[in-house]
Amino acid sequence: MMRDEDILELKAPQLNPAERLFIPQILDGMKTTLVHLGKSLLTKPMTVQYPEERRTVRVDNYRGVHRLNRDADGRVACVACHMCSTACPAHCIHIEAAESPWDDREKYPVKFDIDELRCIYCGMCSEACPVDAIELTPDYDLVGRSRQEMILGKEELLSIFDKTKDVKPRKNPGITGYPGTGDKPKAIESSSEVPKQ
Amino acid sequence: MIEFLTSQFGVSAQFVVSVVLALVVIGAMQGGVAYCIYFERKISAWIQDRYGPNRVGPLGLLQPVADGVKFFFKEDVVPRHVDKVLFILAPGMIMFVSLIGFAAIPWGGQLQLGEKLVNIQVANPDIGLLYILGVASMGVYGVVIGGWASNSKYPFFGAIRATAQMISYEIPMGLCILVVVLTMGTLRLEDITQLQTGYWLGFIPQWNMFLHPLAFLILFICVLAEANRAPFDLSEAEQELVGGFHTEYSALKFGMFFLAEYGHMITSSALITVLFLGGWHLPWFSWTQPEATQWYAVVAKMGVISAKIVVFLFLMMWIRWTLPRFRFDQLMRLAWQRLIPVTLALFVLTVGLLYFGLHRSPVWALSGNAVIVVVMLVSAGTVGKEVTGRQPNLPRIQESPGAAALAGV
Repeated sequence: MMRDEDILELKAPQLNPAERLFIPQILDGMKTTLVHLGKSLLTKPMTVQYPEERRTVRVDNYRGVHRLNRDADGRVACVACHMCSTACPAHCIHIEAAESPWDDREKYPVKFDIDELRCIYCGMCSEACPVDAIELTPDYDLVGRSRQEMILGKEELLSIFDKTKDVKPRKNPGITGYPGTGDKPKAIESSSEVPKQ
Repeated sequence: MIEFLTSQFGVSAQFVVSVVLALVVIGAMQGGVAYCIYFERKISAWIQDRYGPNRVGPLGLLQPVADGVKFFFKEDVVPRHVDKVLFILAPGMIMFVSLIGFAAIPWGGQLQLGEKLVNIQVANPDIGLLYILGVASMGVYGVVIGGWASNSKYPFFGAIRATAQMISYEIPMGLCILVVVLTMGTLRLEDITQLQTGYWLGFIPQWNMFLHPLAFLILFICVLAEANRAPFDLSEAEQELVGGFHTEYSALKFGMFFLAEYGHMITSSALITVLFLGGWHLPWFSWTQPEATQWYAVVAKMGVISAKIVVFLFLMMWIRWTLPRFRFDQLMRLAWQRLIPVTLALFVLTVGLLYFGLHRSPVWALSGNAVIVVVMLVSAGTVGKEVTGRQPNLPRIQESPGAAALAGV
């Protein structure tokens, strides 16, 4: 409930007779726009001419197209834990897991699809990922000719990693310490939850 | 060739010149209108610190061509609920009206052809000014018919607004023009131009602008309103009426409404130029005097009047991208409570000066204008009420305790 004494009634400032004809204000406004017009003609407008020029983005926290990271051995770093698809508010991640052919983890994704048209680029997936396998890249010009084309599969997401790893190297992964999923694996002894095979 | 035509077919030299001029002017105007749209977009971009169209051709100069092609190839939707005949008629009507207004504008004084002098004007009727005035007011007809035929809410509101606005602003506009007519004593636009070619004190050109600056200003305001330009574009008001009268139109029909608006702007600018800025007259240059009738003088005069029109077009665009749109009650208040009294005073002033034969005397006319401005200022300071959007029959807003607390601070 709003109290009466909190209500402030603001009055428009009293205009003098010349101002009430509105001519001075109009001239004032026209001066402002003319200055802008002159500035645009004399100097370069701040518009970025997109295909030729590109704005510089902050690589570390720009949220563009996703990528699926590879580990040091070039394998997909994802362990198919479904954390990202659970965290995803737009439900755009579809993962099909299978038993991993490698000894260092239980599962790996046979299918990893992201519908880039449904995605809202919130970055929750990369927040949720325990092994930092999914990340958002500074790539922002994603185009496709059909809706189907905009659903990126595992191989495409991995190739985005290959394209962007020089610009944005993979972060040192997970606190969970899965061996071999990161470039610099942490010691597993410190964690008791690590499943032993 | 003109001699051949006159001798073989018995047509006058004036007829040949008129036909040629009509073709040239209509062609030039179509191009001019297309480039008006280009410059409108450029100027809006510059004012907003952007580049504007710069992709099609160098500096985006081919943009009007691209726009035209787009208008041609878009699907021309005629909605099922419209009155088909009127719906199709309206854009043609508005386009037609905006094109024929040019006929009476004196473009370049007179041209010597053999022994004959011909007017560089499609037609030079005795009632040239009345003709332009009539044609210009017909412009709203297309808007009203388009809005009515569309048979849906927004266009209908747009049409209603256009009608009300047109009726209101015709009056001060007519009175301003009457001031010029009384001062000049003629309705012939060529004569009005020639009467403005003298000098006061040997160097100030006798343009009506310097004689009746207030009428000039008010006529310009009214022209903005008549051409449906911002800040008077209530009838299309994108934010409220989704485009107003042309909401239901698409493709080339919409394009014609669009072009007609710019055509209207050019005609109105030409009219103001002739009435108040001496038309093709540029002081101190022998080529732009009424005595010069050679072909190069005619070209120079056409250049001068075009330059003056361009200045007005720029001014209109500049104003459009500066001022926000009026609210409808403000629009009506401006016309009926402000402009009409002022123009009536100007009219009475002119009649008085005419009675004493002082109507061409700048001292008297200017001091009369000054008196009117002073009265305007005084009345704005004393008589005028506080302008709010609140309905007058509602009770005044109570002073809240908060306001009292604020007053104590």
